Amino acid sequence: MGRYIVKRLLQTIPLMLVISIFVFMFIHLLPGDPARTLAGVEATPEEVEAIREEFGLNDPLIVQYIDYMKDLFRGDMGRSLKSNIPVTELILSRFKFTIQLVFAGLIWAPVVGIFIGVICAIKRGTWIDLGGMLFAITGLSAPGFWLGLMGIQIFSVNLGWLPSGGLDSWKSLILPSIVMGTGIMATLARYSRSSMLETLREDYVRTARAKGQKESIVMFRHAFKNSLIQVVTILGLQIGGLLSGSVITETIFSIPGMGRLLVDSIAYRDYPTIQGLLMIFALQYVLINLIVDVLYGVINPKIRYD
Amino acid sequence: MSQEVLLKVKDLRTEFFSSKKSSVTAVHNISFDIYKGEILGLVGESGCGKSVTSLSIMQLLKDTPGKVTNGEIVFDGVDLLKASDAEIRDIRGGKMSMIFQEPMSSLNPSMRIDKQMIEGIRLHTKMSKEEARNHAAEMLKKVGIPDPQRVLKNYPHQLSGGMSQRVMIAMAMSCDPKLLIADEPTTALDVTIQAQILDLMKKIQKEEGSSILLITHDLGVVAEMCSRVIVMYAGKIVEEAPVEVLFNNPTHPYTQGLIASVPKLGSGVKVLPSIPGSVPDLASMPQGCRFAPRCKYATEKCRTQEPDLVVVGENQRCRCWLKQEG
Repeated sequence: MGRYIVKRLLQTIPLMLVISIFVFMFIHLLPGDPARTLAGVEATPEEVEAIREEFGLNDPLIVQYIDYMKDLFRGDMGRSLKSNIPVTELILSRFKFTIQLVFAGLIWAPVVGIFIGVICAIKRGTWIDLGGMLFAITGLSAPGFWLGLMGIQIFSVNLGWLPSGGLDSWKSLILPSIVMGTGIMATLARYSRSSMLETLREDYVRTARAKGQKESIVMFRHAFKNSLIQVVTILGLQIGGLLSGSVITETIFSIPGMGRLLVDSIAYRDYPTIQGLLMIFALQYVLINLIVDVLYGVINPKIRYD
Repeated sequence: MSQEVLLKVKDLRTEFFSSKKSSVTAVHNISFDIYKGEILGLVGESGCGKSVTSLSIMQLLKDTPGKVTNGEIVFDGVDLLKASDAEIRDIRGGKMSMIFQEPMSSLNPSMRIDKQMIEGIRLHTKMSKEEARNHAAEMLKKVGIPDPQRVLKNYPHQLSGGMSQRVMIAMAMSCDPKLLIADEPTTALDVTIQAQILDLMKKIQKEEGSSILLITHDLGVVAEMCSRVIVMYAGKIVEEAPVEVLFNNPTHPYTQGLIASVPKLGSGVKVLPSIPGSVPDLASMPQGCRFAPRCKYATEKCRTQEPDLVVVGENQRCRCWLKQEG
C-alpha cells in the first residue's frame, strides 16, 4: 500500500509540470498586451517598452517560463495587476471561503447520495426505488443557480430564516451547501444504485448467501463494499466539478472565495491572478484525484497489488 | 435399494416471472431423491433447468425473477419450502453447501481468502477466530493446496481458476455438509485441472460420507463420478437410472442421443452424431412430448399427448411413449 501511494505521488510531479506549461501558454495566447494594460491608456510607447523590459516580457517564452517556475517554487506568483497585492497572498485570503463551501457540500452529499442509491437498489421496483430516483433526477436536473435563487427567495426573503449571502455564521453556509451538494448527491445516487444492482448479480454475492450469511451482512460486507469501487471514481470527478462549481455559488451568495476572485480577475484581465488561480485549481484537482486513487486502492486489492 | 433418503424433491416447480401475471416454467414438477452417501448426476443440455433446480433446492433464487411455485423439498427431515429464513440460513453452508461453475467470480474480490473461509466456518460452528483459521488451513490442505498459509493471505485475483475452485470446495466442505451441490464445477477449468478437481471431490466424498448432487452436461464426468443419473430435458426429468444401466441400456431417445454424441476413441466414426435442433424455448413448449420435435422415433401420439415418467426396469424410469407400449 505504501509503495502504491508513493508511486502515485511521484506520478503527480510530471502531471503538474505539464499543467503549468499549458496554463502558461494559455495565458500568453490570450489577446491583449499586459504591458500596455499595466502602463495605462495614456502611456507613451517608451514607457510601455520600459515595463516590458522590467517584467522580462521581451525574453523568449522559454526563459519567461523558467523564470515563472523559479518564482512559483518560492511561492511567488507575481503581483495582482488590479490591487498590486502578491497573488499568493490574495489567493490565500480567499482560499478558506472556497474550502468551507466545498466541505459544506461534501459533508452530506456523498453520504446521502450513496445511501439513497443503495436503498433504491435493494428495494428496486418498489415505490421507495421510484421515489428515490425521482428525487435524484430532480436534483440532477435543477441547475445550481436556480436552486440558489429559489433558496434565497423562499428561506431568506419569504421566511427570513437564513441569510441570503456572506459567510458569517453556520446558518449562512446552509443554502450554499445545498447548492454545492445537490448535483453530487443526485449523481452518486444514480451511480451507486446501478453499481449496487450490478454487484448484487455477482456470483460472489450468491456465494455469500450460500454460506448461510444473513441478508444484511451479504448486502453490506459483500455487495456494498464492492459496489463502491465504481462510485469512488465518480465521486472523484464530481469533487473536481465542485471546485469549479464554487464560482456560481460564490457569485450568488456573494461569498469572497476563489471563484469570485477568478470571475473578477477575468473581467479586469488580471493575468498573474488568473494564472495563479488556474494553477491552484489544477493542483486541487490533481490532489483530489490522488486521494481518490488511494481510496480506490484501499477498496480494490487488485489495484493495490498490480 | 434400501438406502436412507437425504433429500427428497417432490413435484418441484420453478417459474420465472416477467411480470406479476406472465411467467415461464423452468422446472416442471420434477421429483427425485438423493440417498445418503451417493453421487447423483443431473445431466442435460444448457437451458434444461439443471441449475435452476439446484438454486431452487438451495433457495438461492433471490435477485432472480425465479420463484418456486409448487412442490416439496425435504432435506434431512426439514421441508425447506416451509422453513423460516433463519432455518434455511442455518442449513445453507452448514449441512448443505454448494460450489459453482465460475470459481474465479464466486469469491469476493475485495476480501482475503482467510476472511471468506472463516466467515462461513464461524456461521455454523462455535469456533473462535483462531480455531476457524486453523480449520480453514486444514481444509485447504485437504483439497491439495500445498501452502495453505500463503493462500489464506491471498486475494482471489492472485489465485488461478483451479486454485479458486479448490478454495471453493474447501469452503463448501468446511462445515461437514451432508449434501454438496456442485453446479458444473469443472466446466470453466482446463481439462487437466478438471480431472484433479473431480478426483478431489470423489476422495472427499468417500472420506466424509457426504452425498453430492453433481450437475453437468458432460457425460464423461457422469460416467466417472456418479452412481445414479437423472436426465433432464426442457424442465422435466426424462430418464433416471443407475449409471451402468444408463450407459448400457439408455431407454429415452434423448439419452440415447446424448450418449451417441460423446466421442469414443478408436470407434472409427468420422462424423460425430448429434441431436438435431435445440432445446425448445421455455415460453413456447411443444404440445405432447417435449422432445418430439427432435426425436426421430416420434409418432402422432408423441406430438399430441405427453407421456408420464414410468418405471421401465429395475431402478430405471423413463418418460417416453415408445417404452410404455412395450
